[in-house]
Amino acid sequence: MNGKSLVSIDQCSREDILRILENAARFEANPNRALLDGKVAATLFFEPSTRTRLSFETAVNRLGGRVVGFQDASTTSSSKGETLKDTILMVSNYVDLIIMRHHLEGAARYASEVTGIPVINAGDGANQHPSQTLLDLYSIQKTQGKLTDLAITIVGDLKYGRTVHSLIVGMSHFSPTFHFVAPEELRMPEEQKNICDQLNIPYTERTDFTEDIINQSDILYMTRVQRERFTDLEEYERVKNIYILKNGMLKNSKDNLRILHPLPRVNEIAYDVDDNPKAYFIQQARNGLFTREAIICDALGINHLI
Amino acid sequence: MSEQKKKELHVAALENGTAIDHIPPAQLFKVAHLLELDRMNNTITIGNNFYSKKMGRKGMIKIADKFFEEDEINRIALIAPNVILNEIRDYEVISKYTVALPGELVGIVKCNNPKCITNNEPMPTRFDVIDKEKGAIKCRYCERKINKEDIIIK
Ligand SMILES: [Zn+2]
Repeated sequence: MNGKSLVSIDQCSREDILRILENAARFEANPNRALLDGKVAATLFFEPSTRTRLSFETAVNRLGGRVVGFQDASTTSSSKGETLKDTILMVSNYVDLIIMRHHLEGAARYASEVTGIPVINAGDGANQHPSQTLLDLYSIQKTQGKLTDLAITIVGDLKYGRTVHSLIVGMSHFSPTFHFVAPEELRMPEEQKNICDQLNIPYTERTDFTEDIINQSDILYMTRVQRERFTDLEEYERVKNIYILKNGMLKNSKDNLRILHPLPRVNEIAYDVDDNPKAYFIQQARNGLFTREAIICDALGINHLI
Repeated sequence: MSEQKKKELHVAALENGTAIDHIPPAQLFKVAHLLELDRMNNTITIGNNFYSKKMGRKGMIKIADKFFEEDEINRIALIAPNVILNEIRDYEVISKYTVALPGELVGIVKCNNPKCITNNEPMPTRFDVIDKEKGAIKCRYCERKINKEDIIIK
C-alpha cells in the first residue's frame, strides 16, 4: 500500500489535516502554480459525478498538470468484465496519480493496495469521500479563524449521511461540541456516538430543529432528508418540513455562525437564506478547489509551498 | 473402564499431532471445513456427540502429524469460541489451550455488504477483529462492522 494515498479521513492525523489546510490557504492566495509540470493525473470516474470531477480536474490544471481519464464506466473495459485491479494496473503504467470514484465501497482502498502510485478517493459508494471532509474543515477554519472548541450543529439525515460521519471523525481532533438534530428514523448511529464517547466529545441529540439550538451554534451543517430513506412514509410526511432552515430562524444567531451544506441541496435551505451573509455553502464548494490542490500535492509528496 | 480412562483414550490415541476438543456438535463439520481438512493427506479421526460434563455433547477432531500455526487454528474461534486444542507428541499432551480470535481474518469471512468491493472482485476479504470478546469484526474495505451472529463464513 502506498503511504501517500488518501483513502479515508480516518487515516489523517491532526497534523495531516492542519498541513493540508495550511497549504489550501496558500492555494487560495494563489491558485495557479506550476507544481505538477510534466505530471499526468488520471481521473477514473467509474461512477459519474460532474461536480467532484470538475473540481479535481480544475485543481490539476491550475497546478500545471495534465489530466486523462473517463467519467462513464460503460465505455471502458470494466464494462467488458475487466477487474478493477487490471484497470488500475493498466492506468498505473501511464500516470503519476489516480483520482477515482467508484460505486463499490472499498474500491479506492483496494486500488491503493494493488498499485504503487498514489490514489485519491473521490468517493466510494456510501463509504468515504475524504476531500469533501477536508474542504468542510477548511471552510470551518476559514470562517471561524480556528478549528478548536466550536459548537457544531448537524441537521437532517444523520444515519446515512457519510459526509456527516466523516465530519465527526475529522473534527474529533479539535475538541468540538456536537448537536445532532434528526428525525427518529435517521438518528446518529451508535458507532459515531461511540467515537464521541471514547474521545470525551460532548454531544446532544434532539428531533426538533429550533432557534434555540441554532443560537448556540458556531457552525450549522445542513444535510438533505431524502424520502427514500424512510421505511415509514407517514413519518417522512410528518418531518419533511421540520428540517428546513428559513432566514427568520437566524435572527438571534451568533455573529460568527456560518451555514454549511455539502450540496446539492433540494429544499432543506429556503432560498431566502441565500442572501444572509451567514450562508456559506456556495463559497464552501469553491473552497473544494483549493483543498483539492493541497490534497493532490500532499499525495505526490510536494510539501514545500511558499 | 473408568470415566477417566475413557477420557484419556479419546485424546491419547494419537502418537503425534493435534486433537481439537470441545467442539459444539453443530459446528463440527464447519470446523473441519474451516481447517481445510478435506485437502489434507494426514490420518484424521472425526468424532461427534461424545459425552461431555461441561457441554453435554461435544465433537472432536484428531489429526495425526499436524501442528497448526496460531493464525491457522484461531480462525475456528469464529464459529466455536471455546474449543480446546491439545498438541500431542509421543502420546503426551505437550500443550493445551483455548482458541482465541486473531487480530485479522484474511479470506475466511464473506462481507455481508453486497456493495463491498470484495463481493465484486476476485480478491481475498480482510477483516479486523475490533472486539475479541463480542466477536465483532470490521471489513478493511467497505468499513462495515459485522456482529458475531451475522458473520458469514466463505
Ligand atoms: Zn466489506
